[in-house]
Amino acid sequence: MESNPLHPFELHPYGTLSLFGIDISLNKAVVMMWVVIALASWLLYRAGRERRLIPTRLQSLAELLVEFIKGMILDTMGEKGLRFFPFIATLFLFILFCNLLGLIPGSYTVTSQIVVTAAFALFVYAMSLVVGFALHGFRFLGILVPGGTPVLLLPLMVPIEIVSQLARPLSLAVRLFANMTAGHTILAVLFGMALSLPLWIGWAPFVFTIAINGLEVMIAVIQAYIFTILTCVYLGDAINLHGHAEGAH
Amino acid sequence: MDAASAALIGMGLAAAGFAGAGVGIGYIFGKMIEAVARQPEAEGRVGKYMWIGFALVEAIALYGIVIAFIIMGLRGK
Repeated sequence: MESNPLHPFELHPYGTLSLFGIDISLNKAVVMMWVVIALASWLLYRAGRERRLIPTRLQSLAELLVEFIKGMILDTMGEKGLRFFPFIATLFLFILFCNLLGLIPGSYTVTSQIVVTAAFALFVYAMSLVVGFALHGFRFLGILVPGGTPVLLLPLMVPIEIVSQLARPLSLAVRLFANMTAGHTILAVLFGMALSLPLWIGWAPFVFTIAINGLEVMIAVIQAYIFTILTCVYLGDAINLHGHAEGAH
Repeated sequence: MDAASAALIGMGLAAAGFAGAGVGIGYIFGKMIEAVARQPEAEGRVGKYMWIGFALVEAIALYGIVIAFIIMGLRGK
């Protein structure tokens, strides 16, 4: 039996469908995204439908989530960042649900496609540029000059800052994609080992997959958090030019 | 050596970057334990940054996987 650990990431369209020459055929990832959107909005709708003074379990979960995202925004962007709360919350929930639902055997991790994460990252980065230029005009270019740089060092610092700016969307996209892909590849390799080894030793990689699954749940949450907090930091940079005043990093 | 086997060796070498991440993760958790041992009440605040640092270091290691994928993609040509 030839097993390719990258097999779970292959996408096959369910038939061809095109609109004005653009390929819009469905595949597992698209269906999975619909499931994620439906589940996330249904859960939060149910949680917020009847607001009680003594919250139900679901409502307190939603309250916890809102408090958590609000704290994240206040820590990195300050008061002005609260306008972006709906965007940040949507981003966090979508990535979190994509990561977590992808762990269910037989489903598909949408965020293991670099095209998805790259779309998120480019959108976030473009948004930070638009916000920066809209709020500060051409003074926003001052983001390329770190505070307290001597004039003599400017020819050196500005190119470095430009490169580090351009690396932002790249690292944002690759980080999420690589984490999701690597975790599932490790699981696939271990299951392949468990199936191909004789039983007296084959149970060892199988037991190991349980631990790896636990780690993957943790990674799924942490990566959603990292993506969101870096989005907050980039937007915070755009909002408060050198926003290191409020404890941002 | 033909190109196909060179590509396989290159993909294997891309995994060498994981050594650095191993050092990094060891450092993070070691320092975390040290910090908590000195000041147990700081665990909550330090822990938050520890997990962020852990995920960032791990992500750096995974760039190696991306390089392996790039080599794998070029291999077919």
